[in-house]
Amino acid sequence: MSLSQTGDRLPASGAARGRQRAPRGLAPILLPTFSLLIVLLAINYFNPRAISYFGFNLMLNLAVPVTLATMAQLCVITVNDLDLSIGAYVGFIACVAATLLASRPWVGAAIILGSVALYAALGALVYLRQLPSIVVTVGMSFVWLGLALLILPTPGGQAPGWLHALVSISPPFVPFPILAALVIAGVMHVVLMQTAFGTLLRGAGGNEAAMARAGWSMLRIKITAYALAGLFGSLAGMALVGVTTSADANMANNYTLLAVAGAILGGAEFTGGRISPIGAVIGALTLQLAAVALNFFRLPDLLPGFRIPSEWQVGAQGLILILILAVRAVISRSEP
Amino acid sequence: MTLSPRTALLSHWAKQPWLWSFFGALGVYGLVLVFARGHGAWNVLTTALAFSAFTVLVGIGQMFVITLGPGNIDLSLPATIGFASAVAMKVMDGADSRIVLGLAAAVGAGWAIGTLNYLLIRLLRIPPLIATLSSSFVIRSVGISYGRGLQIVPPPGFAYLTTARIGGISLLALLVLAFSAIAALLVKRTVYGRSVLAIGQNMRAARLAGIPVGRVRWLTYTLCGGLGGLCGAFLAGFTGGSSLDVGAEYLLTSIAVVVIGGTSVAGGMANVPGLWGGALMLFMTSTLLNASGLGVGARDLFTGLIIITVITLAGGMRQARQG
Amino acid sequence: MDREIVRLESVAKSFGVVQALAGVDLSLISGEAIGLVGHNGAGKSTLMNVLSGTMAPSSGRITVQGAAPANYSVGVAKSLGIRCVFQELSLCPNLTVAENTRITHPKLRGFGWRRRAASLIQAKLDEIFPGHGISPHIPVFELSIGRRQMVEIARAFTVTDAPLHLVILDEPTSSLDQHSSEQLLNFTRRFVASGGSTVMISHILGEILNYSDHIVVMRDGKVVKNGPADAFDRSKLIVAMGGSAEAHTAPAQAGHVTTIDAKLRVESRPKARAGGLELRARAGEIIGLAGLAGQGQSEMLVDLFGAATHATLRHKVDGTAAFVAGDRQTDGVFPLWSIAENITICSLGQLRKGLFISPLRAEALAQSWRQRIGIRTPDLQNNILSLSGGNQQKALFARALGSNAAIILMDDPMRGVDISTKLEVYAIIREEAARGRTFIWYTTEMDELEYCDRVYIFRSGQIVSQLERHELSEARLIHSSFQEVA
Repeated sequence: MSLSQTGDRLPASGAARGRQRAPRGLAPILLPTFSLLIVLLAINYFNPRAISYFGFNLMLNLAVPVTLATMAQLCVITVNDLDLSIGAYVGFIACVAATLLASRPWVGAAIILGSVALYAALGALVYLRQLPSIVVTVGMSFVWLGLALLILPTPGGQAPGWLHALVSISPPFVPFPILAALVIAGVMHVVLMQTAFGTLLRGAGGNEAAMARAGWSMLRIKITAYALAGLFGSLAGMALVGVTTSADANMANNYTLLAVAGAILGGAEFTGGRISPIGAVIGALTLQLAAVALNFFRLPDLLPGFRIPSEWQVGAQGLILILILAVRAVISRSEP
Repeated sequence: MTLSPRTALLSHWAKQPWLWSFFGALGVYGLVLVFARGHGAWNVLTTALAFSAFTVLVGIGQMFVITLGPGNIDLSLPATIGFASAVAMKVMDGADSRIVLGLAAAVGAGWAIGTLNYLLIRLLRIPPLIATLSSSFVIRSVGISYGRGLQIVPPPGFAYLTTARIGGISLLALLVLAFSAIAALLVKRTVYGRSVLAIGQNMRAARLAGIPVGRVRWLTYTLCGGLGGLCGAFLAGFTGGSSLDVGAEYLLTSIAVVVIGGTSVAGGMANVPGLWGGALMLFMTSTLLNASGLGVGARDLFTGLIIITVITLAGGMRQARQG
Repeated sequence: MDREIVRLESVAKSFGVVQALAGVDLSLISGEAIGLVGHNGAGKSTLMNVLSGTMAPSSGRITVQGAAPANYSVGVAKSLGIRCVFQELSLCPNLTVAENTRITHPKLRGFGWRRRAASLIQAKLDEIFPGHGISPHIPVFELSIGRRQMVEIARAFTVTDAPLHLVILDEPTSSLDQHSSEQLLNFTRRFVASGGSTVMISHILGEILNYSDHIVVMRDGKVVKNGPADAFDRSKLIVAMGGSAEAHTAPAQAGHVTTIDAKLRVESRPKARAGGLELRARAGEIIGLAGLAGQGQSEMLVDLFGAATHATLRHKVDGTAAFVAGDRQTDGVFPLWSIAENITICSLGQLRKGLFISPLRAEALAQSWRQRIGIRTPDLQNNILSLSGGNQQKALFARALGSNAAIILMDDPMRGVDISTKLEVYAIIREEAARGRTFIWYTTEMDELEYCDRVYIFRSGQIVSQLERHELSEARLIHSSFQEVA
């Protein structure tokens, strides 16, 4: 009798622990949010006028394409892969949008849809031949870059008017980039974290063999994840050219880094399907603001002989990433 | 056991994944010759060897890093090469007497970057991809300010050494060939090599087998950095001066030759001879595309397609063998 | 024969030259609990994989409820009411318990699926493991291995749209402590009483004998004995599996004598919580770590292993250590390597000739241990995964024993290993201890503790009790494991 009582009480302590741990569901988002706040405070300190409707519109004018590219990367990370071609792809779509989509809309739309299909096929290839996604996508980055150069050998082109109008919307009270980020975060959170469908994608990242055993087609899951990445990458390319109005094959090359960094900054792990879409959106915004904030710090004056400002911007983004990950390491180490 | 010696030998060769990279290189070489109508066959080959030497040099380092297991990759190589080339030229200062010192400084700089990478990975528990990517930007920034206004030409002796040919074959290629032999011995016959392979297959099991995982990983990242540094110095001598962008193309190619050469990207299996096959094949390919006079866009497109084709075929081979 | 659920007729399966199943005939009827026993490599797991549709048989016929489905697969098996709890867990660690339930139940979708999945799995957990303390919204990676096993089992017994007739349990109790094991076994009896069927594979013969209606014994890919449970007893089962009955007598009464003044090798306390007793191990001693599963025994072993290489204040470890993993896939095996390379990895230092490893010496070391510990393989250059589980485990023992380590740390290494392999390894452990090696052995099996000179019982990360060999009994063990709340 005493035995069965013990048996009941022993696991009970485990239940208490489970309850304690429940709020950890929020933890992945806390740190990105905190870092976003710090960057905002820094901007506010150096240039209070930037914290305004127009200020955010200016500072975050490229945030929408970056956030969309981050979401594309997140879809691939969810199924344990990594896409090192997303930057080149966004550039390619931007070139298509600035040329064919404007001159012959149907052809342009068909090419973009075809590209999404190619992404899906890539997912099938990676799964069927069990190829490392990193290397396949490194190869693909050359393919997209080559195609972009074929379509638009020299920088130029003209974005369709409707695309420019779309990203120039001025909603009341909330600046468009912030509104867009909120919508993207909300949609992705529901799709990946809440729906039964998203659970399948994350499950594939967590334990591929188990998914196959439960009767799910891993092929279909990979295809879906890559197709989603292609879709978001296409949206990113169109949003980008909508903002810049003209295109260049190499214009989005650094998006590959930004997208990985944003997803990781937002709490995603590299493997195991542990992701946080809301965190990733916050991460993308943080990196974007950090690069802008650098201009307010007037770094060029502090470093005489400074030649390539954009280099320092990306370098600063790298440093911020290191810093945030360091804080994360310290936090996880201090946890019992 | 019932296999005849001949089929046994065949199946032994079929199991050598690096062989395919040489077949590929040979195939493209044939196409180049067809394009050139058979002219300059020897010249194309020796040029390919000379250029492949650099690729293989960084490829060896990248191979050891990749063999450490999933997620291990050194993305800071281009920055390391650029930075080390500047360091080498500054230390040599155009004087033949300081060549050795300059080489040591370049390797030392690469070694330090490798250590930095490992410290980031270890202390901050960052995935190597992010660690090396982030550090590469810091290194670039440092390189820019360090190499500001640098227009130093290599010492004449050094320029000569890096471009010298013995019987038509580049001295550097012979040197890197020797390096490759050492690397192959390192993989197959040393405790260090076995440790890298073990860590790449299962890090936790490696630790529980008593392998000093931290030290081996640190050594590997410094090895990769050091070889990158050496490559930077050689490139500066070869091209007649340092440039920060001199290493840019080696990010893709270092990964590509490792993979084409039959090293497992999942880690735990390294292959040195394949690096040469991969490097030769890539060089032949770009020679072919240059010779055919296609634009930059088409060249990029083809390069990408070839990488994907090769990896698809190589991956298929691996799968067939396991099945 | 309307009670028949599944019939297998001359089902065979081969992997290359290895014949895992050599023509199996088996009939499973409803309302019956079947116990399936056999050595590792006897074909039990393959049979279960075929039955659950994850592997297609090379030849033979599978009939489910009178009809032979054309393309028998996981989906078909599921729709016909056949489920399987695999030995290696099939949960996605990043998903919550409820989300994992959704993975096996396609019907759980649409609005409100999370709530439905949560209440479904919660109810089943409550039914099978009352007092389990698992929240359906906790991610699986935060659960202990035992709790994961509970979730896995409960998930297999949940019902949405597909019917549930037969549940295959492959070593279901291997990660469960005794209390949860009993809960599970009692539940299966209730399930069977209500008309369901179970097939349970277990190496714990007591479970098979006490909880089955019908016992099937497999050997070399065939069913060699098939009959009602009361026709068997422990020794008959062992004989049928191919072991000799007399081989499995309790270990020699007279344990080898350890002199009290033998060198003290280990002096340490577990680090999870302060207090508790101290573990001491001398040269030549076999020390057992016991208690319920997951009370800090494995962690202590890993700590001791670390302490053997880096000095720490908490542990005094005098001598080199080697580790024998229990969880082969995650802690032990190097899957790309040959058997020989897997064996020699701990001994590379002593196999060196100058800078390089001597292939001759490596080969000699591997060969000598292949002989001594009896690894069954035609060639040591074959891949390690070509071995059956038990032989892989032997290779891991050879790795540790072949090194010059003075202390061998064993982390429940006999999990899922057949009895004859166990007996062979026990004998070698005793030999090596007699030569002065120290063994520290975490085990969940009472039988194995009888080989130990002294047993430390763990509870909540502390050593709460210490039993000398002559004091050891199952009753005292259970008493100490649960004492706190009694």
